[in-house]
Amino acid sequence: MAEISFLLNGETVRIADATPTETLLDWLRDTQGLTGTKEGCNEGDCGACTVMVTDGDGARALNACILFLPQLHGKAVRTVEGIAGPDGTLHPVQEAMITHHGSQCGFCTPGFIVTMATAHLNGRTDHDDQLAGNLCRCTGYAPIIRAAEAAEDAAVPHWMSDAPPDVGTPSDEGCFLPQTADALAAWYAAHPDGTLIAGATDVGLWVTKSLRDLAPVAFLNGVQDLRRIEIAETEITVGAAVTMADLMPVLRDHYPSYAELARRYGSEQVRQAATIGGNVANGSPIGDNPPALIALGATLRLRKGDTRRAIPIEDFFIDYGKQDRAPGEFVESIVIPRGADRLRCYKLSKRFDQDISAVCGCFNITVEDGKVAQARIAFGGMAGIPKRATHVESALVGQAWSEKTVRSAQDAFAKDFTPLSDMRASAAYRLETAKALLLRYYFEDQGVPTDVLGVAS
Amino acid sequence: MSVAKPLPHDAAHLHVAGQARYVDDIPVPGNALHLAFGTSSVAHGDITAMDLDAVRHALGVVAVLTADDLPHANDVSPSVHDEPLLATDTVHYVGQPIFLVAATSHLAARKAARLGRVEIAARPAILTIDEALEADSRFEDGPRVYGKGDPAQAIAGAAHVIEGRFEIGGQEHFYLEGQAALALPQEGGDMIVHSSSQHPTEIQHKVADALGRPMNAVRVEVRRMGGGFGGKESQGNALAVACAIVADQTGRPTKMRYDRDDDFVITGKRHDFRIEYRVGTDAEGRIEGIEFRQLCRCGWAQDLSLPVADRAMLHADNAYHLPHVRIESHRLKTNTQSATAFRGFGGPQGMVGIERVMDHIAHSLGKDPLEVRRANYYRAPSSGGPGTGRRFGAAHSPSRPDDGPQTTPYHMPVEDFILHEMTDRLVETSDFKRRQNAVADWNAANPVLKKGIALTPVKFGISFTLTHLNQAGALVHVYQDGSIHMNHGGTEMGQGLFQKVAQVAADRFGVDIARVKITATDTGKVPNTSATAASSGSDLNGMAVRNACDTIRDRLADFVAEQHQTDAAKIRFEDGQVLVGNEALAFDDVVKNAYMNRISLSATGFYKTPKIVWDRIKGTGRPFFYFAYGVAATEVVIDTLTGENRILRADILHDCGASLNPALDIGQIEGGYVQGAGWLTTEELVWDDAGRLRTHAPSTYKIPACSDRPDIFNVALWDGENREDTIYRSKAVGEPPLMLGISALMALSNAAAACGTHYPDLRAPATAEAVLAAVHRARGA
Repeated sequence: MAEISFLLNGETVRIADATPTETLLDWLRDTQGLTGTKEGCNEGDCGACTVMVTDGDGARALNACILFLPQLHGKAVRTVEGIAGPDGTLHPVQEAMITHHGSQCGFCTPGFIVTMATAHLNGRTDHDDQLAGNLCRCTGYAPIIRAAEAAEDAAVPHWMSDAPPDVGTPSDEGCFLPQTADALAAWYAAHPDGTLIAGATDVGLWVTKSLRDLAPVAFLNGVQDLRRIEIAETEITVGAAVTMADLMPVLRDHYPSYAELARRYGSEQVRQAATIGGNVANGSPIGDNPPALIALGATLRLRKGDTRRAIPIEDFFIDYGKQDRAPGEFVESIVIPRGADRLRCYKLSKRFDQDISAVCGCFNITVEDGKVAQARIAFGGMAGIPKRATHVESALVGQAWSEKTVRSAQDAFAKDFTPLSDMRASAAYRLETAKALLLRYYFEDQGVPTDVLGVAS
Repeated sequence: MSVAKPLPHDAAHLHVAGQARYVDDIPVPGNALHLAFGTSSVAHGDITAMDLDAVRHALGVVAVLTADDLPHANDVSPSVHDEPLLATDTVHYVGQPIFLVAATSHLAARKAARLGRVEIAARPAILTIDEALEADSRFEDGPRVYGKGDPAQAIAGAAHVIEGRFEIGGQEHFYLEGQAALALPQEGGDMIVHSSSQHPTEIQHKVADALGRPMNAVRVEVRRMGGGFGGKESQGNALAVACAIVADQTGRPTKMRYDRDDDFVITGKRHDFRIEYRVGTDAEGRIEGIEFRQLCRCGWAQDLSLPVADRAMLHADNAYHLPHVRIESHRLKTNTQSATAFRGFGGPQGMVGIERVMDHIAHSLGKDPLEVRRANYYRAPSSGGPGTGRRFGAAHSPSRPDDGPQTTPYHMPVEDFILHEMTDRLVETSDFKRRQNAVADWNAANPVLKKGIALTPVKFGISFTLTHLNQAGALVHVYQDGSIHMNHGGTEMGQGLFQKVAQVAADRFGVDIARVKITATDTGKVPNTSATAASSGSDLNGMAVRNACDTIRDRLADFVAEQHQTDAAKIRFEDGQVLVGNEALAFDDVVKNAYMNRISLSATGFYKTPKIVWDRIKGTGRPFFYFAYGVAATEVVIDTLTGENRILRADILHDCGASLNPALDIGQIEGGYVQGAGWLTTEELVWDDAGRLRTHAPSTYKIPACSDRPDIFNVALWDGENREDTIYRSKAVGEPPLMLGISALMALSNAAAACGTHYPDLRAPATAEAVLAAVHRARGA
């Protein structure tokens, strides 16, 4: 295994024999005595373990509990202990949190501080979005937001600018940190039982919650050619290792409703780690990208060794837990067609931010001369796979674009879906709201307000 | 004066720097052991076989214990010894600890615990309220009943009779720091325990029993918790006892912390309730008689369920005079986690019950819910003066000056009622009437989205209902350099107790607060403490510290008076100085001098709450020293297509008496409101048919996130003082603000009611799914 090296609060550390799936959080707390970084949930949902990780693309806030040590190779890590200056001078967000009474029990506070300091460094003032992945049970958040606002205009302290160390290319021994898609393809063809780890926002839980041993593993975050977004005249090609955070600006330009869905996808820490390829490849019936991509008619490009193939993305999902992917084959990229934006994505969950969808409905309905010319409708949470509503589509196409058409097409949902009841919603609620979301799409198209997030007192 | 200043939390700097130390942050020697429980996967059954060989042979495992390996008491119950640390023959819920693994790391212990093979012959499990009623599975022999008058007759003679049934979900505490304990074995069999506990004396007691030693062999220290909310009043017992037993048997430091999923599955939560009601009113909606049936799901062990259910009964009136009332309370025993204390301790459930009745009455009679609430408010006290908030000659005074106080369903006169004035003020500052009209206009113009608005009051009784718990001790030292060391029995869980009490200490000595060293709660310094619970922390410990400080201060005053040949009563302690006539002596010099003259500079302090007397069987007496009050107005919006909903604005006016620290008090109010609104909206606990909790992590159990707080969030303190003689005339603030969140539920009901003519019958928590169902009911669908 290659030696891992990174900067920790400005000092170079080398780990000669890291267990590939040891988490940064455990390493910080157990071996470094850096106990400021807290374990709140050990699954990336509470943000108490947030650290700042800087590489050539800038600084991002990440959850240390589901971040494996090899993912940090060549990067710079700053924990809460490194947010204050070397002489103990507090960072402006730290000062503001004291002044505005932003801490009570203090356990979530280090995570908040790191997220706030990272946002401050990046000039971000969309505080609710930046902090959606940090849970606080004491304050009700109001004083924390006051603190974040108060610190907005303060200068970034000089010690916050980390230069990632030049650690060179890691050895190919075990090839667990491939730098190219070719190297990855060769490794995976040779190790078809291996586990590919991109952002680890899902795989991390296989380790921290299911307590699984994953060897052999390959980490994808160094594979630069999987991290490209190419915008051509008729299509957008998104590399499988593009993070949701990096994808968002592109979505905002082309499909803003998809961007809004992505804004509610996980949290800042999750979006900065999670990749679109991972969200598709793991085949979950409740991932939020597949319904949007199916509605857009995206194409999935798969690769095994040197063999490549392309399929409509909906064909990838065969059954619950079963995808059209051969051993040793991986998602290389996703191709999204460009065109007039008729896409609307609706996510229903118990909480608006950082919650898994009970129902995620994506609608792409084209109307020409008052009639439905084309309809692509796909849902997550309604079946064992992300699935198209083909009967509903058929009931719409060719019909006048009217409330009557919409209401009569609603019956077809029961032909497309037989949802389950679980802790997120009952089957009846899922089926009813799936129908209602079609109506919402229609109302929204007619200019009727339908979004509670758009309402003020 | 350090009192009444908005000082930051005492550990704010440590918090933001990541230097505040919690139990799991305490450095331990390399030979420390780490524990994990193997737990039951069956809700109810008999253990027929246990094969733990694979556990014993797992990497890093040092010891595996079952109930047979426990040398002394196998009991972690805070009440009636019905809760074994490790299951004996029978398991009673999914998640019950059966065996204990000690390993060289936390991860090794967790991995090994999953290797146990426990065979359980399943027995029928009682999971729901209905199943428990059917099986007559309950704590106490039968239902407890409090009441007064003749409600059946009053209802029979009333102009309007309304009946209903209301489901109220439980709540997971979700303290950010999970349960944790660390035991450090000492010479001669003594044990030091660090515990994330609201109740160090209870930990000491249970550990001593488990080790077969007297309490004086065990010292428990609690510097801080990463949140408690009642979830660390009794639920830390198991971890501390487990650590102490293993530490005692192996001689090695032993630590245990629950992984978050284990914490959800093993520990108790807020009790869920069903409340059935039958109420008779006059034409204005004034209640003439009411009957409540409170059905409370307590889980498998008694824990604190009896006083929790009692407090629900004691808050069935909230702010309203119920002339004829019967409250019947059923404490049902089920094969689920043993429900426990949670901020409000049953009070919120009782209170949301009567608020629901007010909402229902208003809807049935076509009245403004606020007017119905006000028509039912307790009469204001007949005398004005400090603390009543009452203005002389108020035009809309609801009572004649010669009217006496009205009494609660438990026959306690309500003498300090200030909600008339507080409601007036909030209606004005929140522009409530205009906004009610604006909401109606907005709803008329919007076919899909609907807004709702509601104003609800809080009247919360302050004191432990178990009267003997209303006592506290303190230990204060003044060192010869003039620095002060303060200790008391209260624990710090984020509420700012330590800072408030330090402000008291600094004020008594007239010194800067920086001189007061706040130290960890320690059973070796202050013994026989009550849990930091029931909002009592600063009331009890503030007084105890005051008394300790005054003892030392009086000694210093006597000493200085003698030296200066003056009267001790004329000596003042201000601004770091001791003032004797025109002479100002430095506090340090006085202390140094006193030491040289062999004056004792250390003292204990003690306090017990006066006036309270309570018979919980009869349901009569004065269980509460006083009431804390608040009012909240919340505006929401719902989507009638999906039930999605959001809080748009909240305005709060809350009564902290004369606040010891307005900044910390406002923090409690903001946080309490959001936690209360979370309980009633997004926080849903779901068990499956096998009794497994399906919402056992933040991925599935949704506490409010940042954007869930109200967009507009105005919080103000009522400018009164406590009419009772509390510490600086302040009032307790820990629990009462949680119930301000009830206004959010009532606003959602109001929005759903805008969809039709029927009563929406909204359950709690009002998830999107529940709101959508309420919309359908409002439409008569």
